[in-house]
Amino acid sequence: MAALLAAVFLFASPAAAQDAPAAAPAEAVSTPVPPADFAGLVASLRDAGFADKEAIVERLVASGHASARVVLRALLEDRLVVRAPDQGVFVATSADETLPAADLLDPVTLKPIGSSPRDALTRIGTNNRLRRVLKGLVARTELANADPAVRLNAVTELLRAPDAQTTALLRERIGTEYETRVRREMETGLAMADLDGGDKPARLTAIQVLSHRLLPDVLNRLKALVAKAPDGSFVEPDADIRAAAAAAVDRIEQARSIYSGAETLFFGLGLGAVLVLVAIGLAITFGVMGVINMAHGELMMLGAYTTYVVQTLMPNHIGWSIAVAIPAAFLVSGLTGVLIERSIIRFLYGRPLETLLATFGVSLVLQQAVRSIFTALNRSVATPAWMSGTLQLNDALSLTYNRLYIIAFTMIVFGLLLLVLRRTRLGLEIRAVSQNRAMARAMGIRTARVDALTFGLGSGIAGMAGVALSQLTNVGPNLGQAYIIDSFMVVVFGGVGNLWGALIGGLTMGVISNLLEPAVGAVLAKIVVLVALILFIQRRPRGLFPQTGRAAEQN
Amino acid sequence: MTRRQVWLAAMCLFAAPLAYSFVGAQQPTIKVGILHSLSGTMAISETTLKDTVLMMIDEQNKKGGLLGRKLEAVVVDPASNWPLFAEKAQQLLEKDKVAVVFGCWTSVSRKSVLPVFEKDNGLLFYPVQYEGEESSKNVIYTGAAPNQQAIPAVDYLMKDLAVKRWVLEGTDYVYPRTTNKILEAYLLAKGVAPADISINYTPFGHSDWQARVAAIKKFGSAGKKTAVVSTINGDANVPFYKELGNQKVSAEDIPVVAFSVGEEELSGLDAKPLVGHLAAWNYFQSIPGAANKAFIAKWQAYIKNPKRTTNDPMEAHYIGFNLWAQAVTKAGTTDVEKVLAALPGLKTPNLTGGIAELLPNHHITKPVYIGEVRADGQFDVVWKTPATVPGDAWSDFLPGSKDLTADWVTLKCGNYNTKTKVCSGTK
Repeated sequence: MAALLAAVFLFASPAAAQDAPAAAPAEAVSTPVPPADFAGLVASLRDAGFADKEAIVERLVASGHASARVVLRALLEDRLVVRAPDQGVFVATSADETLPAADLLDPVTLKPIGSSPRDALTRIGTNNRLRRVLKGLVARTELANADPAVRLNAVTELLRAPDAQTTALLRERIGTEYETRVRREMETGLAMADLDGGDKPARLTAIQVLSHRLLPDVLNRLKALVAKAPDGSFVEPDADIRAAAAAAVDRIEQARSIYSGAETLFFGLGLGAVLVLVAIGLAITFGVMGVINMAHGELMMLGAYTTYVVQTLMPNHIGWSIAVAIPAAFLVSGLTGVLIERSIIRFLYGRPLETLLATFGVSLVLQQAVRSIFTALNRSVATPAWMSGTLQLNDALSLTYNRLYIIAFTMIVFGLLLLVLRRTRLGLEIRAVSQNRAMARAMGIRTARVDALTFGLGSGIAGMAGVALSQLTNVGPNLGQAYIIDSFMVVVFGGVGNLWGALIGGLTMGVISNLLEPAVGAVLAKIVVLVALILFIQRRPRGLFPQTGRAAEQN
Repeated sequence: MTRRQVWLAAMCLFAAPLAYSFVGAQQPTIKVGILHSLSGTMAISETTLKDTVLMMIDEQNKKGGLLGRKLEAVVVDPASNWPLFAEKAQQLLEKDKVAVVFGCWTSVSRKSVLPVFEKDNGLLFYPVQYEGEESSKNVIYTGAAPNQQAIPAVDYLMKDLAVKRWVLEGTDYVYPRTTNKILEAYLLAKGVAPADISINYTPFGHSDWQARVAAIKKFGSAGKKTAVVSTINGDANVPFYKELGNQKVSAEDIPVVAFSVGEEELSGLDAKPLVGHLAAWNYFQSIPGAANKAFIAKWQAYIKNPKRTTNDPMEAHYIGFNLWAQAVTKAGTTDVEKVLAALPGLKTPNLTGGIAELLPNHHITKPVYIGEVRADGQFDVVWKTPATVPGDAWSDFLPGSKDLTADWVTLKCGNYNTKTKVCSGTK
């Protein structure tokens, strides 16, 4: 109902906004002038088109009213609403539309006036252009905020579209600013403004300041100083300024290229970690047991769906859902793996072709089962707040949190797996059975049980990989197919039967494809990697780290 | 003969005339073929369209069918396998003798069935936006041609958002490549410098977008307003948008306008990081109006899911089905030749308050909407064309096709060259 109301309202606005956004605000004001008082202005937001809203917002700020900031923030955060019965405009305290009711504030006095059911409220819409204007306006009011993080955001926001007014504002605030980070941003902004001035020493100092910043905006601004006009003459007449700017441009570009190399390496490791994660489960089932498990991808898919189910079961604790999903996915996929091994694969040991066909069949069954239960549509898995966003190291280098976590997760899984194989009884038995089945049985090891557990372990790790994939890609019935080839490639490249091979192989392949991709494009990069892999296998059929000794002879 | 076999034979002898009389008591049904993938990669999109046609058939039967006969759906599964599309099409036309087929999603599947429909003189309603450069006697294109989606979207970015620098990002197959060729020619004609256009392709199902998104960020940091025009199709969209969100490419800095991302695709991901990114379609679920409201209610009741979304290709099937039903009523027969003769010029209301008219080039008139993604996975319409736009089969911006025109009423030709006055097709 609320959505429909919103829709009814929104139909009116685009029609009015059709031609208007191209027009300058000056023209937009020529539309019927809304009443000048603050309450009237706020009320006129109700039926205005996007361009008109822009003009109204400017006037709200110009009014200097104490509530303007709160109203603008509310508009920016989708909290400015129209109440259906009286068509009044109010500030809601929460934008959450899933709640049955919302508390309302009067936009002028900011006093609570009670709550209203969500169905009766229609939010006042914004578009990209309007949001940008709003962010700028809100930022101006937040330069004096007590929280340094808010001030930093405000300065960054203001520097996107600096004008004389923001420069004046920055000059006024910089004297009282004590936080270094915020000060630094302010200095950058002022230096950019100084560049436009006529005072030569000030301009040279500004270039000096800017040469230590890595922002693309700074680089563009400095580049403009050394650019040539179409007729061949320099745009900047002063040779000293040009020389200083050229030196600064060189310095910034050099630093940026180093950081961009670091970024590519990080991207490569990020992709590599995913490849390792999807491959180590297979390194156990295929590498250690010699079972070609075509359903490996579907076991990852089960892990991803487990994440989805866990999230639907605990919708209010998305942040914790991943922590719950990891062991849950290990159990679900692991038990499925044990079931597959006990019911199908154990009858097919030593017959690789039949195993391949049977597990391929299993993969189709699992896919269709998921399609029947969850439908063919992709499921939406939310990313917890702590996993989204970037770790900003400096202006030129930022690392995405989700990849950082996945790299760490891969390393932890890998370490735990090594521990299990090296330090536990189960690991000892797994190694014994894989090296010499007959002798292991003679020593009293129940090989059938070990086979089932080994397969379960590999499958469980596939399930945990599925949890990681649910944060990166689609959770749908085809998730497994997309990764099965990659995981086999990593295992074969790294050397069958060798966990370290899977680790080094996966990371290498990730880094190589990310190094290639900017140069030749994603399509060709994929082809090049495949061809290189084929050539490599020709030269070294046993991969990077071939198994040696008796075990190797058996394989 | 054993006793059991005798019994079986006797039962068959009895049963056959019984069954025959049961069927014969009614008029023979009109068979409607549905050629949409129910498994494989495209199942996610196409299953919905199968259900849409089933719903339309159901509804028509409740109204008494057509020409006093009931409609009967014949559903086949081409399993996202392009050659299988041709086989299944042949089965529908030659074995099941269907009167009409609603089907296909990807351009490659359409190209695969085209020769079958032309050989057997079938009738196909194709519901998805496509790259144009085609007009067949046997196909009715109810999806958007490039001038009904791509060109208006670029116009919007250029005029309203003052975009100066363009990234054309697509999946590597025929639709994005042709569309990008048309867009590139269009942008160059509008005076955009070649250095301000970057075109990139990634494979189907591409999932590692780190490097591409970083490259887009870099391309967009040259001091000019930059936008991404995305013809990325299918599964690759989710990791692409997730990476945009992770690397903090916001819609206010670098908006992405997509041609293949609708309500259904957004229902499969967390839309919050995408708020403000754009999509160009001829229909949005959020558009108000009685027709749309009724359609959504009908769909959610039929599919028994009050949260199920509707989308643009569903509207295209809605229009296509109504056009076909009208043409059959007008022609008084389901004979393909007569229905094809009756179709051009027919009009039917679309779901957004306008009228869809079938043009002589077998395309329809459509309004164009630009929507911004909302946090709930729906779209806010921020721009629309003042009137409906007639679909143009042959782009005016490509050197090879600007002189071509399609007209199945007077010229009886799908690729008539207006300069040389020659119809280069077979008919």
